[in-house]
Amino acid sequence: MRKFYVIAFILFLPLLLLAVIQLNDSLNDPGVTVYNYTKKADRNTKPSVDHTKFDILNEPFADAHAVTAACLSCHNNRHEEIMETSHWRWQRNEVLNGREKTALGKKNILNNFCIGVSGSEATCTRCHIGYGWADKDFDFEEPTNIDCLVCHDKTGSYKKGRGNGGYPDASVNLNYVSTHVGSPGRDNCGVCHFWGGGGNNVKHGDLEKALLECSREVDVHMAIEGEDMSCVDCHVTEKHQMAGKLYALSSENTSRATCEQCHTNKPHQDKILDDHNLRVACQTCHIPVYAKVNDTKMYWDWSSAGELDENGHPFHTPDVDGNHKYMSIKGTFVWANNVIPEYYWFNGIADHQLITDKIDTIPVQMNSLDGSYRDKGKYQKSRQPSKIWPVKVHRGKQIYDPVNMTLIQPKLWDKEEGKGAYWVDFDWNAASEAGMAYIGLPYSGEYDFVETEMYWPLSHMVSPASHSLKCIDCHTRSDSRLENLTDFYLPGRDNNMKIEASGITLIFLAFIGVMVHLICRIIYRKRCPLNQKLQGGNE
Amino acid sequence: MKKVYLYKGFERFWHWTQSLLIFFLMLTGFEIHGTYQLVGYENAVRWHDNAGWAFLILIVFTIFWHVTTGEWRQYVPTLTNMKAQMNYYLIGIFNNAPHPTGKRLLSKLNPIQRLTYFALNILIIPVMLLSGFLYLYFNYPIQGIEINSLMPIAYIHTVGAYVLITFVIIHLYLITTGRTLTSNLIAMITGWEEMDEHEAEEAVQDVIDNASQYVKPVNGDKKKKKKKKKKKDKKDKTD
Repeated sequence: MRKFYVIAFILFLPLLLLAVIQLNDSLNDPGVTVYNYTKKADRNTKPSVDHTKFDILNEPFADAHAVTAACLSCHNNRHEEIMETSHWRWQRNEVLNGREKTALGKKNILNNFCIGVSGSEATCTRCHIGYGWADKDFDFEEPTNIDCLVCHDKTGSYKKGRGNGGYPDASVNLNYVSTHVGSPGRDNCGVCHFWGGGGNNVKHGDLEKALLECSREVDVHMAIEGEDMSCVDCHVTEKHQMAGKLYALSSENTSRATCEQCHTNKPHQDKILDDHNLRVACQTCHIPVYAKVNDTKMYWDWSSAGELDENGHPFHTPDVDGNHKYMSIKGTFVWANNVIPEYYWFNGIADHQLITDKIDTIPVQMNSLDGSYRDKGKYQKSRQPSKIWPVKVHRGKQIYDPVNMTLIQPKLWDKEEGKGAYWVDFDWNAASEAGMAYIGLPYSGEYDFVETEMYWPLSHMVSPASHSLKCIDCHTRSDSRLENLTDFYLPGRDNNMKIEASGITLIFLAFIGVMVHLICRIIYRKRCPLNQKLQGGNE
Repeated sequence: MKKVYLYKGFERFWHWTQSLLIFFLMLTGFEIHGTYQLVGYENAVRWHDNAGWAFLILIVFTIFWHVTTGEWRQYVPTLTNMKAQMNYYLIGIFNNAPHPTGKRLLSKLNPIQRLTYFALNILIIPVMLLSGFLYLYFNYPIQGIEINSLMPIAYIHTVGAYVLITFVIIHLYLITTGRTLTSNLIAMITGWEEMDEHEAEEAVQDVIDNASQYVKPVNGDKKKKKKKKKKKDKKDKTD
């Protein structure tokens, strides 16, 4: 019987260990299940209609407006949908934290890139889905002002001209383009969303031309050899209203495009990982770095702008990677690639420094993401508790009014000299006067430059699962990715110095006590038969 | 020399399984704590969680065993002999003094052991299990119930871990203070402990004495007769 127990123990204990270790290994299932999405293999990409056969599209167009009129002659009333969108209005009616519902948009929210469009519309509206927005007189109610082609062109030959308020470039063959139209592809969206801010990947860091043709390592969704997904596969569009928006201009936790809409909030076949999604956005682990291919702009200092060469002409100097390090018209830049995001709590609600708001923090928070660890349960402010998000933070230095303590909207661009445009005349005072007068806001006559920060939550350039963050990237004492999020206890990162010190002291004392006791026993061994029995104990 | 069967099968199974689990939990736990990297954080978390569950199951069986066998009485703290036991560890052990508390089947533990194991069973291990499961499951909201901050839970769990390590160090050392260096260890492995003849007699004496509680004279007949008599009396009166 005794032997039986001994054998049982020897057999049982390793088995128990093995069971404890193995229990979860059987749960690993490599497959990815998605919902609300048609896989590439099952997609029918054949167009329903052949637009080349419509006579109206083959006759010469008087101008670009005539193309829109032709489109609307069949797709009647579609312009009403367009006119509801923020793509058209460049603003949304949204509630800002503690304020009434406000029309938020390019008119009243500045950024720390090219600052703002007011006074310079004719060049900025190269990215507007309309024709002719060159100044305040643009008619947002005229259907034929809509530019259908910029989004629906499938030829790749359509482009808007420079500085002409969004009209197509003279080189565009309107008949060719209008007879080859379809659902927007990555290049349609990318022409503005990749190139915004004056160059590729300047703004987002996770949206750039490399996504037009990329590998799985750069973006699992858009990879040519993978699902080859288009923007609108995630930004699901109903009546021209696209799901998803950017918190540079938006503030409410509504109409967002999410990972969960296809992947659900329990995609891992693993409870611990799925539980993380309650407080950690998918993006945090699955976008370990951004700007994976081309550099993105990290810092923009307007205060150094305005140096001219010996002939009085603006110039620009490239850095070692070929990016602009300095531009007379814009100032000094710092670029970076494969950037590790910064991490913030975010509940889907953003606040903004409106152009009318007084500056009360330096650096000025151009937009601020709301959220905290305690924003959950009864502390919950939004529909979802705050989650940890990866964010690109763009820092800069831009012009402000130190008397009125507001940001300044300078006029940047004009076709002619002497209109106050900074990029032509290089006079900040004149640019500020012209810009602020244009939007009807006061300017004291004094200007200076103030540090600013702008927050861009990341959602694109999702890496393959094998490249996603590992536990140890955050759960570690040193160099944790979350070392700046200190409003909660993170296992593996945090500990209490007093507890650690007491614990180690306790162990040390126990060890010393045992050692002293042992040494005494050895010293007095001759008096102690215990140790004599040691030698002959098994008699 | 004689051998006394001191530790029953389940007792040894419980002891060794628990010891293994504690070592395993300690190893993985301090990796989760960020003290070192050993098996990988992910593995450490999974294995620690599973071992926690295994511990809970073991504890349930162990409580059942102690209650049903009455063995729980072994852990009731007592001050009797406490001073003598302390004196033994501090002085007597170096002077060839005998163990002041002999091991008996119904009282295997000396007063210090009783107090220590009582604290371990009633305080440390339940607190570790409770804080551990709170840590594991109520970190995130579950049907509206959630802990507001992991911090106090984590601190309690960490303090408990340090106390357990201290216990283990002292426990491991005190194993060697038996009749011989290894006699306690062998007893916990085989169940049988070697003792001198009179020690062995003493060890089982209380069981023999106690055996009387399993035998009772059948005196129910007398009572029944009395009752019947009373009933008869009553009947007579009513008649």
